[in-house]
Amino acid sequence: MSSVTQNLPSGHEPEPWIEPGHTYASVTDKISSVVLTRPLGIGWLAGFAFLFGIVMVLNLAIGYLIVKGTGIWGINIPIGWGFAIVNFVWWIGIGHAGTLISAILYLLNQKWRTSINRFAEAMTLFAVACAGLFPLIHTGRPWMAYYMFPYPSTMGIWPQFRSPLIWDVFAVSTYGTVSLLFWFVGLLPDLATLRDRAKIGWQQKIFGMLSMGWRGSARHWHRYQSAYLLLAGLATPLVLSVHTVVSFDFAVGIVPGWHTTIFPPYFVAGAIYSGFAMVLTLAIPMRKAYGLEGFITLRHLEQMAKVMLATGLIVAYGYFIEFFMAFYSGNKFDVFLAKQRLHGPYAPFYYALILCNILTPQLLWFKKVRRNIAALFVMSLIINTGMWLERFVIVVISLTRDFMPSAWGRYSATVWDYATFVGTLGLFTMLIFLFVRGLPAIAISEMRELVHQDSHGNEGHS
Amino acid sequence: MSERRSQLFGVMGEFSTPEDLLAATKSAREAGYKHVEAYTPFPVEGLSEAVGFKWTAVPLLTLIGGLGGGITGFGLQYWVAAITYPMNIGGRPLNSWPAFIPVTFELTVLGASIFAVVSMLALNKLPQPYHPVFNVERFSQASTDKFFLCIEARDPKFDLAETSKFLQSLHAQHVNEVKDEE
Amino acid sequence: MDAMSDHEHDKQLPILQGPPAAKPALEAGHDHDQEEEIVDDTLREHRLELSTVREKLKDKSGKQYWRTLEELSEDPHFEELLHREFPRHASEWDDAVDRRDFLKLMGASLALAGLAGCGRPDEAHIVPYVKQPDGMVLGKPNYYATAMPFGADAVGVLVESHEGRPTKIEGNPDHPSSMGATSAMVQASILNLYDPDRAQTVLQGGEIRAWSTFLDSAQEAATGVKAAGGAGFRILTGAVTSPTLASQLRKLLALYPQAKWHQWEPAVSEGGREGAKLAFGRVVNTVYVPGKADVILSLDSDFLASGPGHISYAKQWARRRKLESTSDSMNRLYVVEPTPTVTGSSADHRLPMRACDVELFARALAAKLGRGNAVSLPADAEKWLNIVAADLQKAHGSSLVVAGEQQSATVHALAHAINAALGNVGTTVYYTEPVEAEPVNQLESLRDLCADMDAGKVDLLLILGGNPVYDAPHDFDFVTKLKKVHTSVHLSPYFDETSAYCQWHVSESHYLESWSDARAYDGTASIVQPLISPLYYTKSAHDLVAAFSDKPGQPPYDAVRAYWTEASTKLGTAIDAGWRKWLNDGVIPGTKLPAITPELKFNPANLPAPTAMPATEVEYIFRPDPTVYDGRFANNGWLQELPKPVTKLTWDNAALVSPKFAQKNDLAHKVVSRGGEHGQIRSTVVDIELNGSKVTAATWTTPGQAENTVVLHLGYGRTRAGFTGTNKGFNAYAVRTSSAMWSASGGKMTATGDGYSLACTQYHFNMEGRQILSTATLEEYKKNPAFPHEGHEEVAKDDSLYKAFAYPNYAWGMAIDLNKCNGCNACVVACQSENNIPVVGKDQVMRGREMHWIRIDRYYTHTPGFADGGTGDPTEYNAALDNPQTFFQPVPCMQCENAPCEQVCPVGATTHSAEGLNDMVYNRCVGTRYCSNNCPYKVRRFNFLRFQDWETPQLKLLRNPEVTVRSRGVMEKCTYCVQRINNARIDAEKQNRPIRDGEIVTACESACPTEAIAFGNINDPNSKVAKLKAQQRHYTLLGELNSRPRTTYLGAVRNPNAELEKA
Repeated sequence: MSSVTQNLPSGHEPEPWIEPGHTYASVTDKISSVVLTRPLGIGWLAGFAFLFGIVMVLNLAIGYLIVKGTGIWGINIPIGWGFAIVNFVWWIGIGHAGTLISAILYLLNQKWRTSINRFAEAMTLFAVACAGLFPLIHTGRPWMAYYMFPYPSTMGIWPQFRSPLIWDVFAVSTYGTVSLLFWFVGLLPDLATLRDRAKIGWQQKIFGMLSMGWRGSARHWHRYQSAYLLLAGLATPLVLSVHTVVSFDFAVGIVPGWHTTIFPPYFVAGAIYSGFAMVLTLAIPMRKAYGLEGFITLRHLEQMAKVMLATGLIVAYGYFIEFFMAFYSGNKFDVFLAKQRLHGPYAPFYYALILCNILTPQLLWFKKVRRNIAALFVMSLIINTGMWLERFVIVVISLTRDFMPSAWGRYSATVWDYATFVGTLGLFTMLIFLFVRGLPAIAISEMRELVHQDSHGNEGHS
Repeated sequence: MSERRSQLFGVMGEFSTPEDLLAATKSAREAGYKHVEAYTPFPVEGLSEAVGFKWTAVPLLTLIGGLGGGITGFGLQYWVAAITYPMNIGGRPLNSWPAFIPVTFELTVLGASIFAVVSMLALNKLPQPYHPVFNVERFSQASTDKFFLCIEARDPKFDLAETSKFLQSLHAQHVNEVKDEE
Repeated sequence: MDAMSDHEHDKQLPILQGPPAAKPALEAGHDHDQEEEIVDDTLREHRLELSTVREKLKDKSGKQYWRTLEELSEDPHFEELLHREFPRHASEWDDAVDRRDFLKLMGASLALAGLAGCGRPDEAHIVPYVKQPDGMVLGKPNYYATAMPFGADAVGVLVESHEGRPTKIEGNPDHPSSMGATSAMVQASILNLYDPDRAQTVLQGGEIRAWSTFLDSAQEAATGVKAAGGAGFRILTGAVTSPTLASQLRKLLALYPQAKWHQWEPAVSEGGREGAKLAFGRVVNTVYVPGKADVILSLDSDFLASGPGHISYAKQWARRRKLESTSDSMNRLYVVEPTPTVTGSSADHRLPMRACDVELFARALAAKLGRGNAVSLPADAEKWLNIVAADLQKAHGSSLVVAGEQQSATVHALAHAINAALGNVGTTVYYTEPVEAEPVNQLESLRDLCADMDAGKVDLLLILGGNPVYDAPHDFDFVTKLKKVHTSVHLSPYFDETSAYCQWHVSESHYLESWSDARAYDGTASIVQPLISPLYYTKSAHDLVAAFSDKPGQPPYDAVRAYWTEASTKLGTAIDAGWRKWLNDGVIPGTKLPAITPELKFNPANLPAPTAMPATEVEYIFRPDPTVYDGRFANNGWLQELPKPVTKLTWDNAALVSPKFAQKNDLAHKVVSRGGEHGQIRSTVVDIELNGSKVTAATWTTPGQAENTVVLHLGYGRTRAGFTGTNKGFNAYAVRTSSAMWSASGGKMTATGDGYSLACTQYHFNMEGRQILSTATLEEYKKNPAFPHEGHEEVAKDDSLYKAFAYPNYAWGMAIDLNKCNGCNACVVACQSENNIPVVGKDQVMRGREMHWIRIDRYYTHTPGFADGGTGDPTEYNAALDNPQTFFQPVPCMQCENAPCEQVCPVGATTHSAEGLNDMVYNRCVGTRYCSNNCPYKVRRFNFLRFQDWETPQLKLLRNPEVTVRSRGVMEKCTYCVQRINNARIDAEKQNRPIRDGEIVTACESACPTEAIAFGNINDPNSKVAKLKAQQRHYTLLGELNSRPRTTYLGAVRNPNAELEKA
């Protein structure tokens, strides 16, 4: 990807990563004003109110769940996992793009990350928050979920570290913590900026506290950069490990359709795939609403489209290998499951998945499509749906028809399943709304750096 | 002099481009000033070297944190599964070390990351709500588009008149005294 | 806890003093405390409300007292209290409580409140035994022998009693009808005892009355009819095998010469009695000895799973199917039947045939054996017949022909003739005097009663048990006739359809609550001794008969004792010497009826020409339901939720049709995605017009059913069964007339266009070529005794990266011989009873959430699987479904040594014990359900909601105190009855010896009539289980997974007739 900008057709001036004519002051002003001065529009308020309502639905769904029990969901024997786990994997996956953009692209010194990494990271945090909710509430006795943490219990009982679910607990909590640290460290100089530019007392106080007295001295910056670089270096393997561990939930099980070694790589690819889709879903409306087209340029969108195309192809390869291995291994259970996906009662889901995740993204081969904002937006939605379907196919279909034909069953979600899922969508979007108005959605200091470098014409990448 | 109600912290010169600042800093060092600090709205390459700052302990501490996390991680699992709470789990050996790798890895990363951030803050002496430089009115521009060079009073070569003149000679747009109230 | 050993133990105990069983209920002392202490305990939760109630109850005596409660019940607060006292109903989470239910349960609660209210006016403290009763060790259960009367049979049982609470029923090895085993119905009968919907007091026109009041009016009524010598006095009973009751009735009839005694049992045909009359000129009792038979032909008889003696028949049959080496022989079972039964499904050869054609078949067979004139059969049946006839003749003297309970007199007579012709009489079948005290043609008996009632000749009608308003032939129109009776008294455990139309209703005691006696299928008599004093104000038939006799108020104990005092002289043992032994053993020696040799006066040649139904004619047959029987178990949750052996349906009956019939009349099944194959199937609903009336029923396509037969199971569609049983299924009695009691023609079936969701626990019947249930023929077995391993590699024990854990001491294991299992379901209910397994209700079963720890899978072999383009849907016709081979496989937890479930549990809630048990730690479980997902056998069960009933006091009495009552959100599964293992361990350690083989008997094992399940220590090469596992037939389920189950199987072997195979 680092060669993207060079591969542009010769004679064609590479368009800049930032609209020409911006100065340190102008970028600072434009971005910080969204937080500090811009009044709350009716649109924002209406949207927020609506989303708040949806979050209340989530509360209701969880409340009823705790009162009645997981029986209010569609799960049964043999399908012990349903929407809850599907949503968990889906949300975690979405989170991955944020870390990828801010960490991996940082290491690869991709400047185009600058304008999107901040809210991509925010997206990560919120997605992980939504994801983390599910493993907790899907248990039969959520109030006992703390059993999963290694604490010295009076009975000397400890968790069982061979279980992928315990790996999840550590992976997800670590991922949440590190993402938060990474995000905060990135915010620190911008908080200082806001502190200095805030006119209203309470804003000054809040940002003053948050910025911790950042002065931007050379020594500060030195340590800051080394810490930031280290975090990026740590987050990169972390983000790969998290979805690997999530895929272990299935790969370690013996259920046909789960017990597959291809899972870790293709789960990670899938995660990035859906993550970038979600970044687009968020970035396109946001740049419009807050006039940030100058910072999140068409070129950024195209770049992300390319990433989606690449990861989409990896995912497609994963699907293919799954089938290939089923038949190549000759394992009768795997073969049977493969056929079930094509002909079983849930076949429509599988075909829908192929359509969303493999066929649609092929349009991205065309520059026209990659640079058509509307098309990209629609496609991002389609891919998000497709990735959700992928998890449904893996979690549910595999369980419906496993080893004992006598125990075969089927699954259909109840209204409470849907309420919980929609509820988390609402929660996620509501948090994004708050973030956009509460914190600089684009890293100001990094934008200044970008201005600096552009003004000195060292375009591209070092 | 500690009797003084408000004492001098240093003098501060303001520049409008990173290049000017960098040049000024270099010449200040050449002029023999030791206690020099530069303030910028974004990291400027070479500046920390210019103010004479080369080595930071952050990477080392991060390494220590990582190792600590990893060792704790595996240690905990081994101790739990093989020593304090040995259970026959589906016929798997007590020390199923391959199964302990994921948690070990996660804790390594967690330890390293926390150490990286905390050590960065600690070494930068953050949080630090008050600092003399904030007393300078124009310093609020340091987080937007202005670049400052501060030569501190504790520098043996420091002399208010001399140093101020010296900064002006470097084409600083403004030169302010930095007072340190107590 | 091992029933056997405790039983032995009891023998040294003078249990006559032992509580509570051997005591006349009326004088029951401390056990009374026991049971009331518990009731009171439960009420304490609502102390405040109840105390106010009690305030109002203060110094009120009998009658007023109840009236007061009536008044009280108008008080909304009180209603609320009652409501909260029965959240089982009030907060039944899926179906709401309708008004009728509420009233019903209010009635129950009233009585209950009364029980506490009058039992102990103030909150007395529980006082421990001052003098601990002899033979009782607190916390250690006692076992008492008694017998469960059932139709013309009684099953001897040993009942486990915890501090005076009967909690579990085991078979009585000394009793001929049990031979140590039980059936699903026997196991479930204990739930009826604690059923909160039971009638609890004497009612007159819905008003609660004291027993004394009843006695007075009974005597009034008696004197009323006495003048006319008892003319107008009628008594209606079921089949009576109780000698005491019979003598009481006879004495009563002597008192009232004009009075008449009628009998009615809806689920058993006259065929048996009338057939005997036809054959021998009088009613005799036919006893089979399948154990001596090499070739058995069942003429539409389900003798392995229903009818008198079926448990012992199943045992004998199975013992002849034991295979230890290739040199062993096996009996051969042919079955001719209209619809697949347990017996038919276990047959070596099965011929589906309309019930009405069975008579033709019998005639043809008789003709083949030189009895009577030849009859023409369809070609294939003809061929079948010839080969079977030859086979029977080959086994002359060691063959057996059994006629079905629902078959006609002719078929029974022919069976007698054929058995005689085959020289089986005296070897595989013998005759005795009838077991029934007064065998009559019950249909005619009921017809007479109805006629008299109609003619207004009946002033006083005494209905002892039974529910004629519900189950009398439709054309008798029993209700309107009953209304013409001046005084009618109904004795029954529930206030049911009949009670509603009788002036008086007397609540009937459970057989575990009252004294009686009963004869087994071979005549052996047992004393029915109570284990607990009546929970409510209930009486037995003995009380009622006495009430109208010259001994009003005579306690049943006295009546029974009196009868046997008399009888003992004939038996030649002094009553005092014998009594205690009889109670202890559960059988009275010397009462077994001697074999008689009635002269065969029957010549099939003289039979009128057969009146055959045209082959295209659709016949509708009526059968007792495999689980709720004739409707008497309709309110029994265990039996309602028990999957029917062959169809695997629960909570409903359905009109069973054949695949071909379904195809012709496009009757379809739709798998509903909520629950799916393991829960919810939506099937076509039809109106069935028959004999001038109509029912609406869901259809169910049953492979192996005769093409033109539609089966309507009796016992459903109850309107006053109780909370559990009311309005479940459809009422087949509504289209059943006296002219066509068992097989009717001329019906009209029209699809209504609606669908109806049935709860089916296993829909897919094909094994999809996996190593699940290994089968072979005897020939194949002899060629390759290790047939289960053909084409299925099992991972060798040492073939692992890891060093296997060692199990040096005990290593518990189980072996299930699929050759013996006939899918009768006894183990399922036994497990439910032993392990406090909840009933979840139809809605939850349809969502695939039933909780049975052991399930019985049913597979049809040689049917097309997905690989062969099959659909697994019987409504999509395929010739292979016309008469598939059926096999059953009980599946409890496999207790894998390499348990996949354990490895994935994040909190270590399921771990392995040092003896190889896959332990489930409920308190630790957080309910991730990962273990269930990862269990290849899907034997884990999850409490998706709070399935357990923690409020209903009666159900608290029912529970096994040695087994945790699981809460919501935790996983559970078979534990190998770990509580029994530990009890045995404690005993062994006390005596400082190792646990003996056979000392631990799991609930499923002890219930199993066919001895298919063996449990024990596999480290001991001499243990029963180790020997079975050493056989070559032995294999592990899904062995290629290397999960190393401790529960393993022995392949099923059928013994087909080579010639029929060719044919």
